[in-house]
Amino acid sequence: MNDLTYVSHIPLFVVLVSMAAVPLILASSRKPNLRETWTLLAAGTKFLLVFSLLPGALEGRSAVLHLLEISPGVDLALKADPFGVFFALISSSLWIFTSFYSIGYVRGNNEHKQTRYFASFAMCLSATMGIAFSANLLTFIVFYEMLTISTYPLVIHKETPESISGGRQYLLYTLTAGLFLIAAAAWTYQLTGTMDFKAGGLFAGTSFPGSTMTVLFFLFLAGVGVKAAIMPLHSWLPTAMVAPTPVSALLHAVAVVKSGVFGVIRVVGFVFGPEVMAAYGLNIILAIFAGTTILVASLIAFRQDNLKRRLAYSTIGHLSYIVLGAALLSPSGFTGGMLHIATHATMKITLFFCAGAIYVNLHRENISQLNGIGKIMPWTMGAFAIGSLGLAGVPPVNGFVSKWFLALGALEADHLVVLGIYVLSGLLNAGYFFPIVHRAFFREGEHLEGHGEASTLMVVPLVITAMLSVLIGVRPDLFFHFYELASLIAQSLTGGLL
Amino acid sequence: MVENAPVLIPVIYLAACLLIGLTRLRYRWLAYPMALAANVLASATALGILYHVTRYGSFNYYFGGWIPPIGIEYVIDPLSAFVLTVINIVAGLVLYHSLNVNRLELGRKVVPYYSVAMLLMLGLNGIVLTGDFFNLFVFLEISSLASYGLIAVGERGSAFAAFRYLILGTVGASFYLLGLGFLHLNTGSLNMADLAAIIPNLEFGKDPAIVIALVMMTVGICIKMAIFPLHGWLPDAYTLAPSTSSALIAPIGTKVASYILIRTLFFVYGVDLVSEGIPVTTILGWLSAIGIIYGSILAIAQSELKRMLAYSSIAQIGYIGLGISMANPLGFIGAVLHVLNHAFMKACLFLVAANLRTQMGHSDISRFDDSYRVKMPWTMAAFTTAAISMVGLPPLAGFFSKWYLALATIENSQWVFLAVILISSLLNAVYFFRVIEKVYMKSPSGVADGAGAGNDPAQFGSGEPTSSMVIPVLVFAAALLLIGIFNALIVTTLIQPMMPPGM
Amino acid sequence: MSFFLGHYAYWFIIGLLLIGFYAIIFKRNLVKQVIGLSIFQTSIILFWVASAVKWNATVPIYDPAFPLEETANYINPLPHTLMLTAIVVGVATLGVAFALLITIYKHYKTLDEEELIKEMKRW
Repeated sequence: MNDLTYVSHIPLFVVLVSMAAVPLILASSRKPNLRETWTLLAAGTKFLLVFSLLPGALEGRSAVLHLLEISPGVDLALKADPFGVFFALISSSLWIFTSFYSIGYVRGNNEHKQTRYFASFAMCLSATMGIAFSANLLTFIVFYEMLTISTYPLVIHKETPESISGGRQYLLYTLTAGLFLIAAAAWTYQLTGTMDFKAGGLFAGTSFPGSTMTVLFFLFLAGVGVKAAIMPLHSWLPTAMVAPTPVSALLHAVAVVKSGVFGVIRVVGFVFGPEVMAAYGLNIILAIFAGTTILVASLIAFRQDNLKRRLAYSTIGHLSYIVLGAALLSPSGFTGGMLHIATHATMKITLFFCAGAIYVNLHRENISQLNGIGKIMPWTMGAFAIGSLGLAGVPPVNGFVSKWFLALGALEADHLVVLGIYVLSGLLNAGYFFPIVHRAFFREGEHLEGHGEASTLMVVPLVITAMLSVLIGVRPDLFFHFYELASLIAQSLTGGLL
Repeated sequence: MVENAPVLIPVIYLAACLLIGLTRLRYRWLAYPMALAANVLASATALGILYHVTRYGSFNYYFGGWIPPIGIEYVIDPLSAFVLTVINIVAGLVLYHSLNVNRLELGRKVVPYYSVAMLLMLGLNGIVLTGDFFNLFVFLEISSLASYGLIAVGERGSAFAAFRYLILGTVGASFYLLGLGFLHLNTGSLNMADLAAIIPNLEFGKDPAIVIALVMMTVGICIKMAIFPLHGWLPDAYTLAPSTSSALIAPIGTKVASYILIRTLFFVYGVDLVSEGIPVTTILGWLSAIGIIYGSILAIAQSELKRMLAYSSIAQIGYIGLGISMANPLGFIGAVLHVLNHAFMKACLFLVAANLRTQMGHSDISRFDDSYRVKMPWTMAAFTTAAISMVGLPPLAGFFSKWYLALATIENSQWVFLAVILISSLLNAVYFFRVIEKVYMKSPSGVADGAGAGNDPAQFGSGEPTSSMVIPVLVFAAALLLIGIFNALIVTTLIQPMMPPGM
Repeated sequence: MSFFLGHYAYWFIIGLLLIGFYAIIFKRNLVKQVIGLSIFQTSIILFWVASAVKWNATVPIYDPAFPLEETANYINPLPHTLMLTAIVVGVATLGVAFALLITIYKHYKTLDEEELIKEMKRW
């Protein structure tokens, strides 16, 4: 594996571009159109910048930048390695769609404090990019906490007692997690004297007592597991669904939770490394947690009548798909897990967009009220159907691709139980999504006269993301070379193991 | 030039103290500019000294040319230069801020106020500069007496708070003096450098007097520092003092006391003795840890902003104590960095409280609401920044001192202390986000609450106070971000050179 | 036994110190607390002074009867002079304490600690 690096300022610009948009957004709070221009401009620039890193990443090269020493011996450093670019690509491309959609949503809904909303959103994306490009644990923590804080205003956006208590719970969980992460990082630093992420693990080649490693792993797991919503650390996620739908869409299907999953893979592959994980049996612990989460979350999802809550539990389950894939420690497991970050993102964001469109248009949140809406909102519900199919793992939607690799990974690692879990949960997914589609298209609705599709600003993004899901399903290497990147990273991680 | 600089600072403050007293006869308005001018001169001198020390190393100033241990000396090493700079700059910003608050809260007492404030600065600077233990005692009492005075001019009840502080503070100083007596009896010296050379040669097994001296002095200093359970004087004193006094005393008073503790334990008695010979640091560590949790929990229970900040101070002092008690380089870095960070954070927060009191007439958290942010966006932004820093989220300053402290506890395998640091961050989050939540989200209750005691809306302006009150707050908030980002620079250039011998 | 007798001055000082401490902690009247504080301080000053006492020695002023070579003949003047400063500090503290007491009395018309604490709580 060639471990080439080159110095580049692009990762820094990627992080800064939306941060720079924050003051501009705040300053133009009285001119909504100008304000939204800034958001879109930042989103576009950010995407292009990330995209420019792709060729290098495909050659396995990483753009690095050491900013300054933030603690003696530890730099605030950015490193756009293939995995980071992979994650940044997903987040930044979906931010563009979310921005358009947000504008339609907040205007259609006459939301208050729109300036704060867009400013926090931009800040969140900066933090997410920082997480993607962190070269070491300390940098990771810095951006991780930044993400926590900048998401808070979005969670409590409605300022109702319900959302405030949701925000409190969110803070409680994520701040506690941050502390565990800090403790874990500090300990790691004391043990190894380094905090740099390294493909194959910074612990690779070291030997510490098993108990130390287990406790340390639990600390890390508690740290990144909260954002990855691994049970029993998941309960903030459904509560945080009180946030406006675009927030749920991007942050709870893409940025925040995926940062958590990204963190899990960083910990598994880049801190401990597959060898160490296997040597101490840590992957078994992780797999047990993830497997339980998948099944339990899917079962709970059945019982939810609120559409967004059902989506939330589905998210919890799918996040653990990724974690379980990583826990397999096999090349296909990693590939599948990473692909699932991308595929789940496009599918889930489609579903959330649909939920938001329904809410703005009809002010309906519960599944039992959705009878017949497929007739008045065909595009929206069509996209919803595609997303549902994908999440259940039906080809040709992209969910199938990632699941295929996850299943392959389970076979490679010889864990038939895991394979069983994937299959079973696919069925469960079908079980809780298809009734919604059925209701929408095949039942008679009430009080739907005079309603049509939601505004174009909302429908177009969700149709595009749905189409994207199908396209990536058919050609995983289209545009973004997701498959190529994922298998490249998987190779670099497991190179030593095979 | 620079070799005489150390003595300049106390002289400037002393002159200002006396001259400001004179303005009482006429030209009363001169008090404020004079205090400010004195501070600017002193801060500039302190900065010059800091630069010189970092560049060329430590130096001494001998009074009257008498060579120690006969004469008194001022010792300028990286540690004292650093603390000197911090306290003068923090005090400068607070004094700059003080004009309108004082006019409002103190009325005709403004002139004596500035005079006594200069006295306080004289005492604190003297403590930091001196290399002689008895000289330190005198400066300690000067600064304490000045702070009793500054506290007592506050609202109703402040005199009683100041009195209790006086009793406890004097007992603390007396303990210190008693311990010093034992030390002097056994060594015949009062000079710190001299003592540091003598003490390792004494046999502790046979000579309990040194142990008694150490314990007595530590107890005395801990009272001044408000280490749990010797913190009883602090909450009332900080709460009832006038806004500027709390903003002046809270950030730097206890910090200077922690400086004395560091100086005494590590530079005179020596690292090995206090961490292994006599379990001073072990006890200090546990007390600090209890203090951290105790202070944080009581802070949650408070509904008055200043009282909440006072209890939070007890917890923050605990961090410094904890860092000292680790007796390893990382703990030392954490403690010294936290001296800097906490001085800035607390100054910022107390100034915000002062702004609230001037503009709204109270600082009662239960009455905060959305309108405060609308009226005072900058002040509230600064408050939020400082609060997030107190909670310890990167990249703000507060995170990094906790980071070093956490590293230090791990190095010593002190898992309980690590847990304490982490849990207290969470408790900090609880009491600060409670305020932030109110300020950003609670919509004002439609009921006009003009019934609040002494709350004549006409008397208090609405909106941001004058720029002289907003700028210092913003400077502190911005400094927190800068300290956070450039903390490695501060640690490597300023703090690492001051590492005590044998650590 | 001789240890006790030989150090009688110190026992006296310790007694004084404890009396002062007792008054500070247990007396409800603030003036009595100040008196206790004063006793406490004085005992420490006496401790320093006593520590410098030397029999058969003279004040540190040159006296032909005591040759300079034998410095043991002279008393160490330092503790005594230091205590002059400490006395001054003590007096200053006392002054501030009484000033505070006057203010407190003006406000509350009482100097009883428990009543004052009640007053503070009510306010």
